[in-house]
Formats: sequence, C-alpha cells, structure tokens
Amino acid sequence: MTTFIARRILFALVLLAAVSLFTYLLFALLPTDPAALTCGKNCKPELIAANRVRLGYDKPIYEQYWQFIKGIFAGRTYGSGDIAFTCPAPSLGYSFNQHECVSTLIGKTFPVTAFLSLGAFILWMLLGVGTGTFAALHRGKWQDRLTSVVTSIGVSLPTFYVGLLVLFSVVIWLQWLPFPHYASPTENLHDFLTAMILPWITLAVLSAASYTRLTRNGVLEAMNEDFVRFGVAKGLKNRTVIRRYVLRAALIPIVTIAGLDFAALLGGAIVTESVFSLPGMGRLAIRSVTDSDLPVLVGTTLVAAVFIVMANTIVDIVYGVLDPRVRVK
Amino acid sequence: MEKVPLLSVENLNVEFSTPDGVVHAVNNVSFAVESGETLGIVGESGSGKSVTASSILKLNSGVTAKTQGAILFNGRDVLGADDKTIRSIRGSEIAMIFQDPLSALNPYYTIGNQIIEAYRVHHRDVKKSAARKIALEMLHRVGIPNPEARIDEYPHQFSGGMRQRIVIATALINSPKLLIADEPTTALDVTVQAQILDLMKDIQKENGMAIILITHDLGVVAETCDDVAVMYGGRIVEKATVNELFLTPTHPYSFGLLGAVRSLDNSARGELQTIAGSPPSLLHLPSGCSFLPRCGYAQQNLAQCSSVVPELEKVSPTESFSACHLRTEALISLKMKELA
Repeated sequence: MTTFIARRILFALVLLAAVSLFTYLLFALLPTDPAALTCGKNCKPELIAANRVRLGYDKPIYEQYWQFIKGIFAGRTYGSGDIAFTCPAPSLGYSFNQHECVSTLIGKTFPVTAFLSLGAFILWMLLGVGTGTFAALHRGKWQDRLTSVVTSIGVSLPTFYVGLLVLFSVVIWLQWLPFPHYASPTENLHDFLTAMILPWITLAVLSAASYTRLTRNGVLEAMNEDFVRFGVAKGLKNRTVIRRYVLRAALIPIVTIAGLDFAALLGGAIVTESVFSLPGMGRLAIRSVTDSDLPVLVGTTLVAAVFIVMANTIVDIVYGVLDPRVRVK
Repeated sequence: MEKVPLLSVENLNVEFSTPDGVVHAVNNVSFAVESGETLGIVGESGSGKSVTASSILKLNSGVTAKTQGAILFNGRDVLGADDKTIRSIRGSEIAMIFQDPLSALNPYYTIGNQIIEAYRVHHRDVKKSAARKIALEMLHRVGIPNPEARIDEYPHQFSGGMRQRIVIATALINSPKLLIADEPTTALDVTVQAQILDLMKDIQKENGMAIILITHDLGVVAETCDDVAVMYGGRIVEKATVNELFLTPTHPYSFGLLGAVRSLDNSARGELQTIAGSPPSLLHLPSGCSFLPRCGYAQQNLAQCSSVVPELEKVSPTESFSACHLRTEALISLKMKELA
C-alpha cells in the first residue's frame, strides 16, 4: 500500500511538472510581447525595455521557465537596487496589470472559491444522492418519472442561465435577498451567507441533477447484485440492506467522480463567480485572460491543475480504502 | 398418514409486468417438502424454477411482480405475511443460497462481519464476541481451514469453492428448517461441486433440515434428491421420486432431458440427443401444452394437446405425477418403437 501511494504521488509530481511546462509555454506562444503588456497604451520604449530586463523576459524561454520554477520554491526578486521587489515563495510571478505578486492575488481570491465550492459540493451531494436513491427506490412510479423529468431539465440548463434566473427571481423580482455583496465569514457572517446562498444553489442544482442520475443508476444496478438479495434473504431490514449493501456499492464510483468535480470547482467556478460578482479565483482567471495578464493566467491555471492532480491522487488512494478489492497488498 | 408438510406450495402463480407484456413466470405450481427431505426442482433456464424458489421467501416483491396462490411454512401463511413476519422467517427458519458464490458475498465487508450480521439479525441480545465464536465454529464446520486467521478476510481473498462454503455457513448460522439452494454448484468446478453437495448432505443428516435444490444438472439430482419436480414453461410437468424419474420417466420432456445427459450407456450409443426447438416464451404461452412444439409424441393427440393445458395427474402404475395428455402406456409403447 505504501509503495502504491508513493508511486501515485511521484506520478502526480511528474504530471504537475509537465503541466507547468506547457502552461508556461503560453509566454512563448502568444504573439504579443509580454514586456509590452506591462504598461499602458502610451508606454515609452525605454520603459518596456527596462521592464523586459527586470522581469527576465529578455532571457531565452527555457531560462525563464527555470526562474519561474525556482521562484515557486525559493521566492523571487525582480530588478535590483532601490526598485527591486520580492515575491516570497511560493512565487508564481508578478502581475504588472494589478501590481501584485500572483501568489498574493490567488491567496486573496482562493478562500472565496473554496467556500463556494465546498458549500455547493455539500449541497449537491446531499441533494443528488438523496434524490437519486429516492428515485431508484420508487423505480417506475410517478416519483421516479418526475425526478427524471426534473433532472433532464437540470442537466441541460447552462450555469449562466440558472445563475441569472436565480439572481433575477430571488433578488430583483421577489426581493427576498439583498444584492450579493461578498464578505469573508469571519468578518460578517450574515453578508457572507446572503452572498453565498444563491451561488451555492446555482452550482448545486446542475451537479445535483447529474448526480441524481448517477446515483439512481448505481442504486438500481446494485439492487440487482446477488449479495443484496442474499442480504435480504438473511432477514435484514430494508433500511440496513440499502445502507450497508446497496449504497455502499453504488456510491464508490460516485465518490470518485465527486472528488474530481470538486477539484475542478476549486480551480475557479468562472461563470458562477462572474454572475454573482464573487471575488474568487475564477474571476481572477477570466480577468487575466481579458487583460492579457500572462503571469496571473499561468498562475491560476497551474493552481487549478494542482487541484485536479491532487484530487486524482487522493481519489485513487481513497478508492483503495473504500473497496477492499482494489487494495494493494 | 397425512401429516402436515414443512412447506407446502399450492397453486402458485407469479407474473411480472414488463414493457413487452405480462410474463407468466410460474403457473399453478404445487409441491410439498418434508423435514429431512431434499426436493429437486429441475428445468432449463427460464422455466420458472428460480422464481418459484424466490417466492417462498417473498424475494420477488418488486413493483412488477404479482404472486397468487398459497405458501404454507409449518402451517403458517408466508405469502400473506407482513414485512416483519417475513423478515423473522428469512435467514432464521428458511435460508437461501444463490448460484454464484463470487457475487453472493458483500465485497465491502469481511466474511466474519457478514456471518455475524446474519446471526445477530435474529439474535439481537447476543454480543458480537459471542456471535464471533459461533461464526468461527460454523466456518470450521463447513470446512474453512484455519478460520481464526481467515474470518477477518474479505470475500475476494477466497476461492469460489471456499466462498460457497462461506455462503453456506452464513445461510446455516441460524440452523434453518429449510434451505433453498438455487443452483449452488453451477458456478463451481466439478470436484468442488461434489464437495459442496456432500457438505450440504452431511449438515442435513445432522440437523434434519429440508432442502430445495434448484438445478439444471440431472447428475446433481440423482446424487442428492429424494423427490424431483421437473419444470417447463413455468409449470411442473413431472413430479416423481428420483428413482422413478430416472427409471420410468413419464413425461416426454423428461425423456428428452434424460436423453441429453451424458452417461456410460448413452455415450456407447453415440451422440447425445438434444431436444429440438427452444423453450416457450413466458410472454406468450401457447393455449395448450407448452411442450407441444417440441414434443415428438403428440401427433396422435394433436387436437387435445394444442387446446387443453394438461393437468398434473398421477400416472399408474408408477407413483409419478405427469402433466401429459398421453397416458404412460401409450407413451412407453411409442418410446419402445423408437428405440427398436
């Protein structure tokens, strides 16, 4: 088991190195000069040249990449003398558009995204697994059909549509909630909750729909298993059979997918954050694209990739814990 | 002479509604089992034998299943019993084991966990540690070597034969009065099959339980059963003691089944016989005898065979019951002509 975990982690690191390399190639591939992007329209050529040297864009691409990687572990100082400034480790570069270290920007925006993802995740898992199990236990009856209709609508609605629909109906039309204004939960819990509840619902509704389907199918499949029939034949209560036999079998593949979906969300829920003006990582990423803020773009992409790769590794390991057959001796 | 049998099934009918129509899985099936006795239910796939067995524990109670008739266990009504009553019977008085030992055990829990669970459902006041001792004894009884070391292992760490022994241990942990074994050896190697059957017979000798053995393997029937019910198209077409079935079969389908078995006599005669055609669709059962399309003896009696469903009737001079319009004498003379 230990060698298995070690192997998985090693593989994850190699993968991350590859991802960082490809992401960094953006600098080389984009037709724009990164140094020219560091100041506005009426920028003097001398300043561009100075910035190019200061940020290291004059070096060949492989050396830039090396500096970038070194910065992640050791921090990085730009320029020299009085105008030198340092982004401490883990440095992911410096954004000239926002005049901040990329790591600082991500550090500020990540908690918002993390709260958003976590709340939505909990909501959609409860809703999806609950409704899916309910539908499976009422297979073929009207409850099941109703669920199937609702989920069909749910999975086909785009996030921005649901987001706007929720925003318009609850905030503008019904006026049940004030317009969301994000505050951190330690600062103002009330504002935090009123700002988060609609984005949570928006994100949860869509995923809950597909998780309902996954759970329903998983449960139905599990109910056909011989060991479930054997459990019933032992004289176990229905509830016990569902919990210990059916759900245990049905949820393992769902846990796997859920882990990956959650990680993808941690990389930034771009659309939802934009619709509800949440200062999260998704908005940071989308802004970096529209502003051609390359260091931020590379930084957010890399962080998102780290989450995905980490989640993959964790899911692999957890799978072994959940299913004894996968455990490696 | 008339004593109350341990289990009696009377006029059992089971239907399933499917999108294609109503499947008549079991039609007017009646039989009885006495304590200490083994009843074999034989038939091809889809002949209704597994559904019949599941009905005894009300395991068919899906949305689409409709069960009619009467099942009496120890004089108690099973079909009409409420959930709580039927749960108290399942696993405690009637136990069931399934065809595929590889999938009958829950892969996510240790075997000990599962046997202890089966025991404690019906003995709530027994502590886990005490139940564990009983489980260990049972594992030892069914021939699991070194049970102390293996009780905390997971099903996938055992071979198929071992797993069927564990399934049997789980099923028998509450000393049931009736064991329903649904093709318990089909998924196993031949040598392991014999071991499992011997094990079941040994335990039966010790505790006098009744066994209903569902199988399509006539070799298994010959070895283990006292009585046999042959099922075809959801009906019992012949009911006899095992000796009578093999020596003087009374239904054309039984002739066919016996002819399709490889035995020393048969192989000397060359190729195995097959029964031409395929079993009837349980969606559209024919109006008359469901075996008619495959029957080689019906020409003289076509009108009756194609319009009237034959009832199960005693066939003299044997003690067998057969559901065939042709009487045995006529059948045997036809059969003799054929062999000559």
